[in-house]
Amino acid sequence: MRRIFYILLSNPLSVIGLVLVGTVVFSAVFADFIAPFPSHRGAVVDFSNFNQPPHWPNIFGTDLVGRDVFSRILYAYRISLILGVVVLAIAVPIGVTVGLAAGYLGGWTEFCLMRLTDVFLSIPPLVLAMSVMGLLEPTLTNGMLAVTTMWWPWYARLVYNVTRSEAQEGYVLAAEIIGASRLHVMFREILPNCVPSIVTKMTLDLGFVILIASSLSFLGLGVQAPTPDLGSMVAEGGNYLPDSWWLTVFPSLAILIAVFGFNLLGDAFRQVLGSDQ
Amino acid sequence: MSPVVRLLVKRLSISVIVLIGVSMLIFTIARVIPGDPARIALGPNATTEQVEKLRDKLHLDEPIYIQYGYFVRDFAKGDLGVSLYTNRPVTTDIAQFLPATLELVIVAGMFMIGLGIPLGIMSARFRGKAADNIIRVISLLGVSAPSFVWAVILMLLFAFFLPLFPIAGQISDTLPVPQRITGFLLVDSLLDGNFRAFFSALHHIILPAFALALSGIGQAARLTRSNMVETYDKPYIEMAQSFGFPARRIANRYAFRPSLIPSLTIIGLDFAAMLGNAFLVEAVYAWPGLSRYGVQVILRKDLNAIVGTVLVISATFLIVNIIVDLLIAYINPRIRLAERGGS
Repeated sequence: MRRIFYILLSNPLSVIGLVLVGTVVFSAVFADFIAPFPSHRGAVVDFSNFNQPPHWPNIFGTDLVGRDVFSRILYAYRISLILGVVVLAIAVPIGVTVGLAAGYLGGWTEFCLMRLTDVFLSIPPLVLAMSVMGLLEPTLTNGMLAVTTMWWPWYARLVYNVTRSEAQEGYVLAAEIIGASRLHVMFREILPNCVPSIVTKMTLDLGFVILIASSLSFLGLGVQAPTPDLGSMVAEGGNYLPDSWWLTVFPSLAILIAVFGFNLLGDAFRQVLGSDQ
Repeated sequence: MSPVVRLLVKRLSISVIVLIGVSMLIFTIARVIPGDPARIALGPNATTEQVEKLRDKLHLDEPIYIQYGYFVRDFAKGDLGVSLYTNRPVTTDIAQFLPATLELVIVAGMFMIGLGIPLGIMSARFRGKAADNIIRVISLLGVSAPSFVWAVILMLLFAFFLPLFPIAGQISDTLPVPQRITGFLLVDSLLDGNFRAFFSALHHIILPAFALALSGIGQAARLTRSNMVETYDKPYIEMAQSFGFPARRIANRYAFRPSLIPSLTIIGLDFAAMLGNAFLVEAVYAWPGLSRYGVQVILRKDLNAIVGTVLVISATFLIVNIIVDLLIAYINPRIRLAERGGS
């Protein structure tokens, strides 16, 4: 563990990633205390102060009904992170199980499961999520469902590839010879060796889930008003460019910073865990 | 059979299986939704009788596998049904909107290959130096934002603050639209010999295509770099270096070639992502492509149009992947030369 931290801290880019992710997570968790106007997360109207450029105390300006853009970004971070964590918590176990089963059991199981995975992978992710989301009602729960349906195949394919090469290793054969059950070999022997790749991908993916979720709400197929969401904030502000630039620029930068942070951190994990193997 | 042909047959047959799977999947999703599509299509003022008639026409009261059977029968005749939104055959709608989207994605693909790979090569050649670090940060930034964010930022910078490019649309309003031959505006205006229209269309496509390509450029650069850095450790590179070959020649010829194959695979996947992301960029630049149609039909629960749009996009993606696979087979000497030996 100390070695991992040492390697992480020795690379400036990883440190930046750690700081960015830390800031995003911190501001999402403690939004209630940081946000100057916590009530502006909901349907609040303050027409005396609408569409103002950045000034104190509205450091990112105010939106078309007078709500503080900075406060709304903090709460949007919270929604995005919850969505990301829930999506991964559902998608990863499904994908990992499918990948393990297909890679280890082989035969018809492999053929059917991997073709099913191919089906999901050959619909462009955003289009698949859009269809699911559009056909259901656009709510946070359905948003999670929509993003999950497009996310598990990537883990299935990743784990499948690792499993296929691990299944050739001596320790798997040894376990089989002493009569270990298939479930034991899959989850107790092979799975621990997939963990580094899975963790790396999960870190990168937290960023990408934020990215996809904001894309959905940008198209109006995501979290609905008045819940703050980075994507719908950009979409709304886009109609008032270039005069009310703060409506789009700050939420855009917020997405960029969060995803960039998770990408840097994911890259760092890839280097650390890769060199550990 | 030569290996390349055998590969083509294998890939085509798997693609057909996958496409059938896609059609079943999207068909099922589209039919299990809450709400009555016939009622939505006809609006609140329609009589119960009219709704019943439309339900009957769409076979909505039959079990889902029978509905799918009707769908397959019509599909075999090249009929994807009538859109409940535009009241025209879905195939006509798609034929009208798809070319603009494809044109955008193809130009973006050119940016991706033309900029991403050279940046990756440069980054690997100067690995560890300042140039490498700058390229790496830029490509990571490119990957780190959805294309609508880049679309908005580029529009703000290069259409509003520095008015170098037009803000929206596919061609200048003052020019007559060239005769529709292929549907691709750039191709049509050239075929028409109308160079003013061609340059106007080119001028309009650069900014949206670049916004769409940015994440692909980053991905291609990162991948090319990481593969090449691995290759640089190989003994044959050391040999070339000890012969005193110029660093540039080593980078472009010896270190790059082996990493071209994995890069191409990812470029195929990125193309698929761009087909989806085109929806976002088109929304920002008011691009008359499949996007507005797609979002509208999804919001209106227009079953036939949704199934048709998703099917066509998936089929396009599968075709691109087959082309990429064939290209790889052609580039990879182990496959190409096996063919020569076999015949």
